[in-house]
Amino acid sequence: MLHRESGVFKTSYAADMALYPLPIARWSIAIIFLMFAVVLPLALDEYYLSIINLVLIAVVGALGLNILVGYTGQISVGHAAFMSVGAYTAANLAVKLGLPFWVTLPAGGLMAALIGAIVGIPSLRIKGLYLAIATLAGQLIIEWIINHTPAISGGAQASIEVPRPELWGHQMRTQGQLYFFLLFFAALATLAAMNIVRSRIGRAFVAIRDQDIAAEIIGINIYRYKLLSFAISSFYAGVCGVLYTYYLGIANYEQFQIGVSIDYLAMIIIGGLGSILGSIFGAIFVTMLPIVLRLLMEPILSMFYNAGEMSAVISSVRLVLFGGLIIFFLVIEPEGLNRLWRNIRNYFRVWPFSY
Amino acid sequence: MTRKRHWLGASCLIGGLALAAATAGAQDKELVFGLQCDRTGATQTVGVFLCPGYHDYINLLNSKGGIEGYKIRVMEIDHEYKVPPAMEAHERFKKEGAVLEGIYGTPQTAALTKKLEEDKILGTSPGFGTAAAADGRRYPYVFPLAASYWSQGAAAVAFAKKELGGSLNGKKIAYLFYDNPAGKEPLAVLEDLAKAEGFELRTFAVPAPGVEMGAQILDISGRFKPDFVITHLFGRSPSVSIKELKGKGYPLSKVVSLVWGASEADIKAAGGYEVANGYHTLQFAGVGTDFQVIKDINAMYQAQGKPIPKEQEISVFYNRGLVIAALHAEAARNAIKAKGGAKPSSEDVKKGMEAIKGFTLGGMVPPMEVTPEDHEGGGWVQVWSVKGGKLVKDGDWFQAYRDVIKKHLAATN
Repeated sequence: MLHRESGVFKTSYAADMALYPLPIARWSIAIIFLMFAVVLPLALDEYYLSIINLVLIAVVGALGLNILVGYTGQISVGHAAFMSVGAYTAANLAVKLGLPFWVTLPAGGLMAALIGAIVGIPSLRIKGLYLAIATLAGQLIIEWIINHTPAISGGAQASIEVPRPELWGHQMRTQGQLYFFLLFFAALATLAAMNIVRSRIGRAFVAIRDQDIAAEIIGINIYRYKLLSFAISSFYAGVCGVLYTYYLGIANYEQFQIGVSIDYLAMIIIGGLGSILGSIFGAIFVTMLPIVLRLLMEPILSMFYNAGEMSAVISSVRLVLFGGLIIFFLVIEPEGLNRLWRNIRNYFRVWPFSY
Repeated sequence: MTRKRHWLGASCLIGGLALAAATAGAQDKELVFGLQCDRTGATQTVGVFLCPGYHDYINLLNSKGGIEGYKIRVMEIDHEYKVPPAMEAHERFKKEGAVLEGIYGTPQTAALTKKLEEDKILGTSPGFGTAAAADGRRYPYVFPLAASYWSQGAAAVAFAKKELGGSLNGKKIAYLFYDNPAGKEPLAVLEDLAKAEGFELRTFAVPAPGVEMGAQILDISGRFKPDFVITHLFGRSPSVSIKELKGKGYPLSKVVSLVWGASEADIKAAGGYEVANGYHTLQFAGVGTDFQVIKDINAMYQAQGKPIPKEQEISVFYNRGLVIAALHAEAARNAIKAKGGAKPSSEDVKKGMEAIKGFTLGGMVPPMEVTPEDHEGGGWVQVWSVKGGKLVKDGDWFQAYRDVIKKHLAATN
């Protein structure tokens, strides 16, 4: 946040470790909360809320992947498969047993965590690119199992239609209602992630990322913490998959294929590895940039082209611009959007004095 | 550092302007059609031909004054074959007041099924989605319109029966399919027909991405030695199957492909018409450019001083785009007529779609009859075969084993 800490003195460790160490930060948080909970849903129509909903789902998934890749340094390209585990677990529980979302959602997350920890076992022996290939195998195996097990996938189409989430007898079906549903869990996920990474667990993750042998020597059980990282990350992925399932009203394994894993990796790399805010920035960037680019181009190009020609031009130009912007942002700040934001913030912290 | 600030400020400003421009209102005598497309994603080889076909037909209608006095505005969104952008596209169409939308892709169709019903906007999914969507009572706002994979599988068996002299008893049929839900879907119908017709069915799955099928083809040509092969492949794999079958010496005149392995592009990628000679394909739209509507489109562009659309080169996909556009327009026409010229709502257009009957566009569109119960329109297909360097029509529109299809539809309820 754009706060200046001059004049604030901390007298206890608790104060120093608080999530928001400055009094003014609480005000900012309150304002952001009001913004999301009251102003946005009132000010925006369904269309814009639907875009925010997609971002909120992506935030949960990106946070999970960042805990694993950014904080613990274990590469995974199987994130989408863990989402599908969560999605199908929740869908089966919701349809076969008629359970409500507040049971299926954690259940989907836990099942994904279990499978994630199993897929993460190779991380105990291998690192880097080798681990990437091992998790790729996990992605393909999970896809194959879902595709070939009617008991999980619900038949040849591998689709299970789930009812809308229901709370106190009230169904959430419009984008506005789903917005609150998703916002709650995205906020919860963010808060949890912020607390995980500043706890003993989070510090152990960072130690493993920076130098695993050193981490082991100072007494961190790296087997336990690597698997825990996979489990937590997959739990997030599972919850993301469940949210997605409830948002769309269907679990379908084709929505969780390898390309989605790559998209999430792109989010955290663009946003910033090893940062909570970076995950959010990345999710916003990857989800919204193609949409914003199109909205920008439409009014300009419609002056020159008819609908058919315009569509062809927009599709191609958008792809080029999207790729170009990713390169642009990564070149001006290789550590991602989060670092860019911190640079800007640090500049204003001492403004107008540049020292 | 100040440069960065300018960048931020400028981008916020442009963003705000664009949002303002995007919310400009619609006109009175105008209908909005939403069209989802994939021009840059995994299935772009289809989209870059199909979507221009759609636009060309609508342009033709608009140049003639629109539908019953209403101009059509097509709002196309390229979702790159991803699901979240498809959801965004639907919400955008809804915001723009679209009376219907064309969905593109099976996962996208699945993802939107519920939302379409809640928002009461019909979505068409020709060649995509689940076969069960043919049941209009269960999926009131999804219209497959083209023959489902069940109908295609049944039609392929009927075609094999005809080619093999009228009886399949004791014959052997191989089913070579892409190992995904869409590939597996016809299995249930094929197994049923194997029992009813007394032929032996063996299935050969090709794992994604479907470019490696040497073992399966060797198994078919060397060991199983079937009397007929039905293939159901996507993307690059149909061309590989043609090449491999040819290479292993299996006669292509005993191979029939379902609709996504059936384009000129597949034949060219397999090595050309010489190599693929004899290959049979199922189609849900007419093939080639020898149709009045295409001549009209070309005449319109020539009169405007524009070149003839080069997308007509792959007429299988281009014509499918035309057919989808034509059916959309026909539904809107029915709706406007039913309202006595007043502007129809999306609900009216749905009723209009359910009233489509006897609309053939000079043989381009099958003689389908869409009803509130049957959103598939009867499951009509045509066989086109590679002969003498081009795709040649092999018989008229036909439908097959409707009783079996109906039994399966009833069973999913």
